[in-house]
Amino acid sequence: MNNLLLVPVLLPLVCGALLMMAARGSMAMVRLISISSILLLLLCSLYLLPLAAQGEILVYGLGNWSAPFGIVLLLDRLSALMLMVTAVLAVFVVLYASRGEDQRGSYFHALLQFQLAGINGAFLTGDLFNLFVFFEILLIASYALLLHGLGVARIRSALHYVILNLIGSGLFLIAAGLFYGVAGTLNMTDLALFVSQAEGDQLFLLEAAGALLMLVFGLKAAFFPLYFWLPRAYASATAPVAALFAIMTKVGLYAILRFSTLVFGAAAGGASGLGTGVLWVLALVTIVLAILGAFAANSLSSLLAYLVLVSVGTLLAGIAVGTEATLAASLYYLVQSTWVIAGLFLLAGIVAKQRGDLGDNFKVGPRLLNPNLLGACFFLATIAVAGLPPFAGFFGKVLLLQAVSGQTAWQLWTVVLVSGLVGVIGLSRAGSMLFWRHHTTASEAQPLDKVTFAVTALLLCSSPLLVVFAQPLVNFTQATALQVLDAASYLQAMQLKEAM
Amino acid sequence: MELLVAIAIGVLTFSGVYLILRARTFSVALGLTLFSYAVNLFLFVMGRLHTGKPAVLSDATNYTDPVPQALVLTAIVIGFAMTAFVLILALRAHTELGNDHVDGVEKPKKENKPRRKSNRANKKRVGATR
Repeated sequence: MNNLLLVPVLLPLVCGALLMMAARGSMAMVRLISISSILLLLLCSLYLLPLAAQGEILVYGLGNWSAPFGIVLLLDRLSALMLMVTAVLAVFVVLYASRGEDQRGSYFHALLQFQLAGINGAFLTGDLFNLFVFFEILLIASYALLLHGLGVARIRSALHYVILNLIGSGLFLIAAGLFYGVAGTLNMTDLALFVSQAEGDQLFLLEAAGALLMLVFGLKAAFFPLYFWLPRAYASATAPVAALFAIMTKVGLYAILRFSTLVFGAAAGGASGLGTGVLWVLALVTIVLAILGAFAANSLSSLLAYLVLVSVGTLLAGIAVGTEATLAASLYYLVQSTWVIAGLFLLAGIVAKQRGDLGDNFKVGPRLLNPNLLGACFFLATIAVAGLPPFAGFFGKVLLLQAVSGQTAWQLWTVVLVSGLVGVIGLSRAGSMLFWRHHTTASEAQPLDKVTFAVTALLLCSSPLLVVFAQPLVNFTQATALQVLDAASYLQAMQLKEAM
Repeated sequence: MELLVAIAIGVLTFSGVYLILRARTFSVALGLTLFSYAVNLFLFVMGRLHTGKPAVLSDATNYTDPVPQALVLTAIVIGFAMTAFVLILALRAHTELGNDHVDGVEKPKKENKPRRKSNRANKKRVGATR
């Protein structure tokens, strides 16, 4: 029993509460608390990563109650990886926001901390109802963060986002209720055990509940036909918030992955592989529609929002196929796409600031103050996000394309390659509009803030770095894929916990 | 009793979904409330319906399942917070956007046919007098 498992949830929660009280005080103090808390979080996740890499699944019974009745936290390679991705992203986001973006509304840092608590909790929990609770924590913080800085566009998109997610929460509860009513447990591993032995009516009800859950997770992950809220919401959010939201769709994908491997995995008997055929089709449709949306976007941030959707579709394809190789490739792609798209959102914020009222809309505007520097950054990030060599986006896509075989292969190859091409065209159009075409007048906007630029550039550097360190990461994701596909190991870990 | 509860949940869900699909924020908020009532009731019933049994563990060997009650309590609290948030957001949207349509934009109203006719008639009449 390792008490450090609690830190990723408790630390942001406590700091968030502290920041609520400190918000009236000096801004420097608030920033200090927030940044140091997130750095601690990063340290903690970097400590948990090698711990999980040893291959043992750590189970933490809250209040030392044993598993089927008590609530458990569960740390395997997958959760540790997701925690690490979140913590790294959060460090950059908080540093960027601390250069002034956090003063556009009150309580930014507190909300950020609550959001992190929710995300980390969702990655760690081994219990269905607590997954719901952490989802709600994450969502209510995200509602407020989305509205951060106010403005008409934000309110309009937030209304859709909030209402849709409330309906999603209702469906989640119905699914959880169905699971409990049939299986009498909400612990995911117990549920897996029950599903593997269910038959007849029980099986039917469990499958219905599972399908409802997939619907809810799909809403969070934003794939077709549940993605319509995303582009407007992400495009209207402020740069650091949009960057943080890059991980939010991945929470939904994580939940889908967790459920499709653990509860409805290979060992699930009659319900094995529930809905993977549908997910596969939806993934491909998502990629196609998202890339068309990206091509038609009229501002950089909405283009990026559609690119988030492309990455969602690609990841979902990997999850739907669900072999060890595709899962490993998907996880690698997840890490790089999250960081690079978040970095691009931050870059879009910097570009928007230099264009005054025009923002990042694709309209001819004044000359940027630092067109070369920002343009070079944008160019490199574009190559990374569109999946051209030599950066990690390309490597992730190659891994994924290599991993599929047979009937699925040509479908995925066509969709991914063509969408990559269309994406490159759309991005180059965006780049030439923003960096080359301009009035003769120089913009009178604020000069480049060195710190925010450095933060953005560093985050974008993750892409080449991920290629350099591809071997250890791919080894790790392969081990992760093996682990999540082996549902029996989770049962074993849970039983060991009960015996203690 | 099962039938009655099932019908109640069904009616609540139906009304909730109907209201959620309306175009005004007020009816949507109302619909969300009804829907969350239905969900909470459903969650509660998942512990099976009993009468005359102690609620939580006691000396009795026969008791109702306490877990759904715990779940439903949590869900109610969260549901209240979320509904409050939606209401405040809807109010804010109304003041900022100037209307209470869920899209934030009022669709232009179609003119009534008889009115257009009368307009045309007026024009004709004006033309005639000239």
